[in-house]
Amino acid sequence: MNTMIRRVALSVSAPLIALIFAVLVSSIVLLASGSNPVEAYGDMITHGLKLGTIVDILNRATPLYLSGVAAAIGFRMNLFNIGVEGQYRFAAIVAAYVGAQLALPGVLHVAVILVVAMVVGGATAGVAGALKVTRGINEVISTIMINAILISGVIAALSKRWQAGGSVDATSSNAGVGTDPIPESGLIPNLNGLVEPITGEISRGKELTGMFLVAVAVGVAYHIILNRTRFGYDLRASGINPFAARAGGVSSNRMIVTAMVLSGMVAGLVGMPSLMALGRFNPNFVSLLGFNGIAVALLGRNNPGGIVFGAIIFAFLDVSSGILQISGSASREIKDIIQGIILLAAVVAYEVVRRYREREEARLAAEALAADGPPTLDGGPTPSVAGA
Amino acid sequence: MTQAKQVPATALPAIELRGITKRFPGVVANDNVSMTVADGEIHAICGENGAGKSTLMKILYGMQPADEGIMKVYGNEVDFKSPTDAIDLGIGMVHQHFMLADQLTVLENVVLGAEPTKSGGRIDFAAAKSHLAEVSDSYGLDLDPDDLVETLGVGERQRVEIIKVLYRGAKILILDEPTAVLVPQEVEELFRNMRDLKANGATILFIDHKLDEVLAISDSITVLRHGKTVATMANDGVTSSELAELMVGSELPSPEITESTVTDRVTLEVRNVTVSGEDDRPAVDDVSVSVHAGEIVGVAGVEGNGQSELVDAIIGTASPATGSVHLLGEDITRHNVRTRRDEGIGYVPEDRHREGLLLPAPLWENAALGHQTKPPYAKGFFIDRDGARNHTETIRADFDVRTPNIDVSAQTLSGGNQQKLILGRELTSNPKLLIAAHPTRGIDVGAQAAVWDVMRQARKDGLATLLISADLDELIGLSDTIVVMLRGRIVATLDPADVTPRTLGAYMTGAQVDEQAGEKG
Repeated sequence: MNTMIRRVALSVSAPLIALIFAVLVSSIVLLASGSNPVEAYGDMITHGLKLGTIVDILNRATPLYLSGVAAAIGFRMNLFNIGVEGQYRFAAIVAAYVGAQLALPGVLHVAVILVVAMVVGGATAGVAGALKVTRGINEVISTIMINAILISGVIAALSKRWQAGGSVDATSSNAGVGTDPIPESGLIPNLNGLVEPITGEISRGKELTGMFLVAVAVGVAYHIILNRTRFGYDLRASGINPFAARAGGVSSNRMIVTAMVLSGMVAGLVGMPSLMALGRFNPNFVSLLGFNGIAVALLGRNNPGGIVFGAIIFAFLDVSSGILQISGSASREIKDIIQGIILLAAVVAYEVVRRYREREEARLAAEALAADGPPTLDGGPTPSVAGA
Repeated sequence: MTQAKQVPATALPAIELRGITKRFPGVVANDNVSMTVADGEIHAICGENGAGKSTLMKILYGMQPADEGIMKVYGNEVDFKSPTDAIDLGIGMVHQHFMLADQLTVLENVVLGAEPTKSGGRIDFAAAKSHLAEVSDSYGLDLDPDDLVETLGVGERQRVEIIKVLYRGAKILILDEPTAVLVPQEVEELFRNMRDLKANGATILFIDHKLDEVLAISDSITVLRHGKTVATMANDGVTSSELAELMVGSELPSPEITESTVTDRVTLEVRNVTVSGEDDRPAVDDVSVSVHAGEIVGVAGVEGNGQSELVDAIIGTASPATGSVHLLGEDITRHNVRTRRDEGIGYVPEDRHREGLLLPAPLWENAALGHQTKPPYAKGFFIDRDGARNHTETIRADFDVRTPNIDVSAQTLSGGNQQKLILGRELTSNPKLLIAAHPTRGIDVGAQAAVWDVMRQARKDGLATLLISADLDELIGLSDTIVVMLRGRIVATLDPADVTPRTLGAYMTGAQVDEQAGEKG
């Protein structure tokens, strides 16, 4: 059991070191710009621990977590799905449109919207996977291109076409507000009623997104599929050593397409918390979650639990830094600096811990061998290597 | 052992190595290597793969430091920190894999990193061109400096690499297996160039394991085996059989030949298989071979004569252009790798790090590789962690895998223990056929004997084994039948009872082509 504790301590140490380092460096930046770091961090923490803010943080962490998992699925297979951004926004607008057209009983309506989002996201990412397998096109290039096509082309065009009221008539009272609203039955209710018995009343206007539970489910599913199933084993094996995986019977082409589709399916869910809160897709729909998700996945080491940590840290900084504008103790942009430094420091710290762990393992192995004594041979020839 | 004549020391040798030793975890790559390369000669270094040739050259070129030993260049003791130090003293290396930028011209490639500049940091192409012309004229190397490298053939690219080195003022050239990438005509051209270089005062150190080539071009020859210098001799009157014997060593005690357990049940049948190669020549050319239950069929051959491609065709990572592969009478030519593995093909790959292991993953996950679809590693759609772990403990105990526990990563283990783990996972999965490619390469002597024991036991239990090896004693000792591959074809089928490493070597190099095992010389 002792080794188990050691192992956990080791894996937690790297992100913690990174966090502490980032806070120290940011303090220097704050001092240099004439702010008091203690005051600024104090404001952020006091504000961040308020119940209302915690709800905001979880609402922000939910899509970040989904986005992180989407990126991580790709990373586990050595694929860089940089297209989560386009995938989730495209999935969101299609899901919003489909959801608005339907009138179904509650659970079914929600399910249809989520499934549409996942199918659209999965299909979009699958295109990049198929291009890689059939034409050898690097997925980084194709997903960036597909992002551009979707975001500035397709989504812009669809926004106009699916404008509420059915036309771009500027006189319409609905102009510019986005797609038709999804009926109440298609929206996941918030979790306020569920958590308030424990936490006490959440201030008005703050709603804990129902997608929080979906994100938890996705995290659990990701963990089980990755670590407990044959498919997850094949995926990880291909990511670690594609040649060995191939000799072990894993078809790399199939794994590439499947991993991209799964990554895209999770990406399709990234826009759902916002869609469920707004009830429609509008021109100001939340953006950049896809790119932040890459950072979150890196911070979390593509690990289901680690990504939780990454998503919460990023969400905490995003949300709690809002107070700085009001309190005036520092510029709000300090959170971008902290996020950037955490990421850099985490990459370094992970590598340091990895090397330490490797050395430790090698030492243990050497000790075990020494304890066993020299190899003994029972039977068989003992060829001696004759020297010159 | 053949009486080796020492090259008489002339004025000052170009290179002198004394007691060079280099250790890697679990293996001694160079063990007290000493050799002398006279000024202005072509000196071949030969030895089987894994004999330590490349490590020695890397030490000489400053890419790796030696752990022990003395290195002298033109009589002065040197201690290279990086290749730059070696280049400064006039040592240049042409790597086996070319390092050229395709989209640049010959001239641009040659000056890359050593550009003459004029005022303002601009490259002085005129000066570069005239210097290049000087170099290529004085060494008789013919190239158009304005050709794009992408338009050049392999032989010409190699010439660009050689000129690149000469341009930097190298007097001692190290050529790492220069003929490996060339077709026979290009080899002749290369040899002509090498003779010209020598005539103009260059010293060439040349690594090769094709004996006929070594004999054709070199003035003296150093043979390495298992990291040690076996002999240094002048190239006069030495035969390729003698060289082969030095390379593989005939004084190793052979693994004893036990009574035959060969049955009449054909397990593997390869029928007229041809696999296309990278050039026009097929890598495997109309090969037919069969392996019976309880039989070990050894495949001998100098590396690169189609053995790897034959293995690929059998396990399914390459599909044959023509011909078919049958396992227990069933045609499996169209089956994918997974189906074949599930049908009972065990595989010990030639390069265990590349094809055999997930190095950063724990041992128990490595034990499952290739068998992750079946119990004890899997339960339906899920990985059976307990089953896999228990089974890995069994492998650890039965195959004597030395490890603190089964949760350490595979990279922690020594080569021999990694190999025992691989053999354990393949043999405990109830295979019908085992493909063992160089199963004892790069592992220590103790582990080697253990691997042999395991293979002999499996043979007794009725396993059919195809054994590909460069260790001729291993082949002769373990095999019931030996086939020799040369240029993709099976050129001889031999009974190990009446071959010696010497005769086998002769077949492998094409020095002997018929089935008569006569002694040379």
